[in-house]
Amino acid sequence: MTFMKKTLAASIAVAAASSLAVSTAQADMSDGEVRIGYLADMSGTYRDLAGPGGLTAMEMAVADFGGSVNGAPIVISSADDRNSADVGANTVRGWIDQDNVDMVGGLVASSVSIAVTKVLEENNGLGIVSGSAASSITNEHCTPNHIHWVYDTYPLANGTAKAVVEQGGDTWFMLTADYAFGHALEADVTKVVEESGGEIVGGVRHPFPTNDFSSYILQAQGSGAKIIGLANAGADTVNAITTASQFGLTQSGQQLAGLLIFLNDVHALGLEATQNLLLTTGWYWDMDEQSREWSQRYFDEVGRMPTMVQAGIYSSTMHYLKAVEAAGTDDPETVRAQMADMPIEDFFARNGRIREDGRMVHDMYLAQVKTPEESTGEWDLYEILSTIPAEEAYRPLSESQCKLVQN
Amino acid sequence: MMTETQSMAAPSAVLERQKRAKFRRNMFYLALIVVGLVAPFLAYPVFLMKVLCFALFACAFNLLLGYAGLLSFGHAAFLATGGYVTGYLLASYPGLTPELGIIAGTLLATLLGVLFGVLSIRRQGIYFAMVTLAIAQLVYFMFVQAPFTGGEDGLHGVPRGELFGFISLSSNLAMYYFVFAIFIFGFALIQRTVHSPFGQVLKAIRENEPRAVSLGYNADAYKLVAFVISAGLAGLAGSTKTVVFQLASLTDAHWHMSGEVILMTLLGGVGTLLGPLMGAGIVVSLQHILAQSPLGNWVSVILGIIFVICVLSFRSGIVGELDKMYRKNFK
Repeated sequence: MTFMKKTLAASIAVAAASSLAVSTAQADMSDGEVRIGYLADMSGTYRDLAGPGGLTAMEMAVADFGGSVNGAPIVISSADDRNSADVGANTVRGWIDQDNVDMVGGLVASSVSIAVTKVLEENNGLGIVSGSAASSITNEHCTPNHIHWVYDTYPLANGTAKAVVEQGGDTWFMLTADYAFGHALEADVTKVVEESGGEIVGGVRHPFPTNDFSSYILQAQGSGAKIIGLANAGADTVNAITTASQFGLTQSGQQLAGLLIFLNDVHALGLEATQNLLLTTGWYWDMDEQSREWSQRYFDEVGRMPTMVQAGIYSSTMHYLKAVEAAGTDDPETVRAQMADMPIEDFFARNGRIREDGRMVHDMYLAQVKTPEESTGEWDLYEILSTIPAEEAYRPLSESQCKLVQN
Repeated sequence: MMTETQSMAAPSAVLERQKRAKFRRNMFYLALIVVGLVAPFLAYPVFLMKVLCFALFACAFNLLLGYAGLLSFGHAAFLATGGYVTGYLLASYPGLTPELGIIAGTLLATLLGVLFGVLSIRRQGIYFAMVTLAIAQLVYFMFVQAPFTGGEDGLHGVPRGELFGFISLSSNLAMYYFVFAIFIFGFALIQRTVHSPFGQVLKAIRENEPRAVSLGYNADAYKLVAFVISAGLAGLAGSTKTVVFQLASLTDAHWHMSGEVILMTLLGGVGTLLGPLMGAGIVVSLQHILAQSPLGNWVSVILGIIFVICVLSFRSGIVGELDKMYRKNFK
């Protein structure tokens, strides 16, 4: 709230100042303002992943940028998509038709993101997807009007599976959510495990969503596999991990590999249940000095440590504003090209660049959840084991089905 | 019965009164149509289209609950079936015009309605609701699993296309009038059904089924037909919605949607023709306004509170209460 007031005050001040000295660059901004829309799940399952905290991150970026670009004030509006594709698409359509919103950020649930990017493509808008997992967003659903920032399922499956096999976890049992997303993730993992010399010894598919994982965890225990891969998401992953912990799965020598799990999930589950879990992340707040510094500022504002998605929202908003400044216009096509021209190197992204399919590739990290003994604080949750270089982490363009990529 | 004895006593006076009532009703509908025609110039057309789609859905649901006394908790299945079928056809066969896609979606939803209906109308009350919910969940899982729906990601990129092959629907205004025409068709069909002898029998069954049966009516057949009409119109609403938003997603198939339509109908006034329209308007507007306000996180809570207040203090819904007031003071 305080931040909203601050941004408001800042934008009013800037508006007043700019009315005194109208710069020439301002003429190139549509209606003399740069308008950003923040669309995310503010009240449901993904609230802690992005939600109001993501909005705060975006407001921090705008405030840090100075509240205006080349004299044009930056205005943020936000809306709750309630994880519904039609609500999301509708909101964005309204933003573009009625409010001339220049860029849409946030975007968490994959169904919402895909729906929104179709609207953006049709209306020549610009979107930055930060929260979604689906790698199809820059594959078969790619458009020239959006960028996918933080992560997707490809590096999550690829990074985790490869690293785990290399560390000796060569026999896998897959616990898969029985719908398109789970099947895709399972296929990705299977491919990587087999290519790295590992073996899938078994698997079970559970309905989506499932509350009682006991029988599946017992099957996993009985399989004798060293690694139990969790190809599911959200509440399913949380339930599976809780059950595995209750059945003493990790204590009996088997290890869980989470393919889609976030800092807020680990924080909610507690270290007792999640200890030693291997996962791939796009960013971690305690990664290095610049990350810690930014996260501390965020923590003072919100009271929680940022997830990679929230950090990514700051990073992407900042990069967008820099591109608008450099291009001298908020025209989506020009800004999109300018964003791709500038490398991304900040507290969030290392070796980052935007590919022609809209994928922002950057270094990813293999992390392991600490044990309760190792952890020194409430948010001291991960240990970063290794870095997956940007160029290896994401789906290579040669395998892309994106219409913008010539293969 | 009352009107019959009255009309025998003083036929001309009653006829005159009925005529005047009919005239007033027609004028009222005409006024509503005029409002509908100018609305897109006053409000955002896409928002209005959403209201109309949900209003049609709620009207279809109301036909069943309000006039046949059957509380279906599975109407989302028809909305989603209409939506997915239309979306799939239009997205995969670019030559297909939107009206054909909508007709196909509606037909399939109607067929599904026959299937649902035959199974579920054998039970009444809470059992009927549970049977419909159970079958709707089956349909939901089918949509989660079926490859053509895109599962969690939904079905995207449905073209709006050209109506009858030559009227482009890409402008929101053209699309709005198309949706408005569909809504009027659906509403007129319901209005006609309710005021027909068939509708009278439905009401009789709602009030006292054994008595209607003893008078020689085949109650099950009447209920089945009402169920099928309702399912078909819900499918029509879903198909139209898909063309408007150019997507179909699992939200439409989820049981939350079946709950939302109950909320809309009860809030507006169950068993009144205009109630569902009013209810859909209120719920959709609230969602729309609240989502972009600082109270955004509280949409569900606020809707819940409104629902509780409505059920506790004005059970016949907004239109129902207005109707009561009108009857008390002006008749």
